[in-house]
Amino acid sequence: MCIAVSACGISKSFGPLRALKEISFEIPEAAVAGFIGPDGAGKTTLFRIAATLLIPDEGNMTLFGYDSVKDFRNLRKVTGYMPGRFSLYQDLTVRENLEFYATVFGTTVLKNYDLIKDIYEHIEPFRDRPAGKLSGGMKQKLALSCALIHRPSLIILDEPTTGVDAVSRREFWELLGSIKENGITVMVSTPYMDEATRCDTIVLMQDGRILESGKPGTIKERFEGTLWHATAEDTYLLLNALRKWKYTLTAYPFGDSAHVTFSEERETAGLIGYMTALNIKGFSIKPAEPTVEDRFLQLMSGGKIYE
Amino acid sequence: MNDSIIIVRDLVKRFGSFTANDRLSFDVKRGEIFGFLGANGAGKTTAIRILCGLSRPTSGDAFVAGFDVYRQSEQIKRNIGYMSQKFSLYEDLTVRENILLYGGIYGMSRGDIRYRTEELLRKLDFIRFRDTLIGRLPTGYKQKLAFSAAIFHKPSIVFLDEPTGGVDPVTRRNFWELIYEASASGITVFVTTHYMDEAEYCDRVSVMSAGRIVALDTPAALREKWNASSVDEVFVKIARPAKTDAV
Repeated sequence: MCIAVSACGISKSFGPLRALKEISFEIPEAAVAGFIGPDGAGKTTLFRIAATLLIPDEGNMTLFGYDSVKDFRNLRKVTGYMPGRFSLYQDLTVRENLEFYATVFGTTVLKNYDLIKDIYEHIEPFRDRPAGKLSGGMKQKLALSCALIHRPSLIILDEPTTGVDAVSRREFWELLGSIKENGITVMVSTPYMDEATRCDTIVLMQDGRILESGKPGTIKERFEGTLWHATAEDTYLLLNALRKWKYTLTAYPFGDSAHVTFSEERETAGLIGYMTALNIKGFSIKPAEPTVEDRFLQLMSGGKIYE
Repeated sequence: MNDSIIIVRDLVKRFGSFTANDRLSFDVKRGEIFGFLGANGAGKTTAIRILCGLSRPTSGDAFVAGFDVYRQSEQIKRNIGYMSQKFSLYEDLTVRENILLYGGIYGMSRGDIRYRTEELLRKLDFIRFRDTLIGRLPTGYKQKLAFSAAIFHKPSIVFLDEPTGGVDPVTRRNFWELIYEASASGITVFVTTHYMDEAEYCDRVSVMSAGRIVALDTPAALREKWNASSVDEVFVKIARPAKTDAV
């Protein structure tokens, strides 16, 4: 498989703030690559470098054979960028924005309409409405249409689903799937760990560094030790009790359960008696499949006891 | 109805021809963690603004901590706490100054503020950050402090509007433990979130869709009723009966 994007030793500082520290990764062609991490991880800085809007202090990034600094003019022709903040012209209509972007890139809406049809159809009824008067979901679809209208090889989407409800997020990820079907490589960032499984490859980021990267399945497999899924009538009491158990390494709330790791696995049998003694009602525990979020938590805490 | 801290009956809010809240009726019980879910544009923010005494309903009734949203909005504001992801603390004030400001706004005495500040800093293990600017604190610390400031005046209920957006998974979980703790101490927690796993942490969850409440129950009962393995699945099934995009 061909490599679409490769980054080698990228560092970037803003004054005393080291936003990116020696970032290296590769993205295969026509893959959906998810950059996952909280605010301040460095996702936006990295994406701005990929979009040729920032120059790294050290290292380099090559996208479709173009260097992000030296070949920025050529690179801009083959990439589409959708920043985290809505940045279309609020006082131009839906149709005017789309035509403007097509013209800037020396093409026409008609020529590439097939590519955006599925997305644009949702906002077509509002074609004469100023972009500033659209709902959040519609703004997002218009921005995505504008980023795609010149048929780029790569689109860079900075947190398109942040603050978006769970249903709209699902819809958006389905759209990304159809974009990928057209052979377009997708770089997308998100703070939502559950979106990791929607990606072909993921890069977990925290504090300007890469914690780990690879296929979601591989990341899950790298989880060290056995993960246990514990439940009880009262999750809060359960967590407190688990943390006091001498063999517990970590205990995190996960939905209506707790995800737990132990230093001595064979001692888990003793837990039932321990919970009964503490009057924890409805306790049960079983081994569980780790999620990407479990691995992220493990990498963050370095296996330390949760506090 | 003494065990209900929020009582809402047939609450309607219209903006021109648009009905943002369409005959909402629900109770929030004293001390519970109440999850207020809904798709973007479903009307959550409008309802929260009314319950916080910032907006008046078009019709219907709503009482918060025993006060009427029409006539006693000032008393409501004094008796609630509020925190959102968008705004919480002043970045260019120190930890101590922020707490002083919050306490002052809620009319606490200087002596009371001083005493409670020490108590709070000790409890959070924050003594060393007393004179640190908020902007210099790591996210996790900021969040802890923002929540503590929101309940510093010991309100009977605290509104949390997407309090965990964009934070790392450890901070997010730490934050929920603060919520559990507050709830265990008797404070009612009214919370909105887009993280569906957080909905499972709530005692009861309501789901709004197109201005109405379409479901309200414990997470377990909702999962059972909609034959779903998670609240996320329930949400996907019922949060959008019609395309809200067309609004």
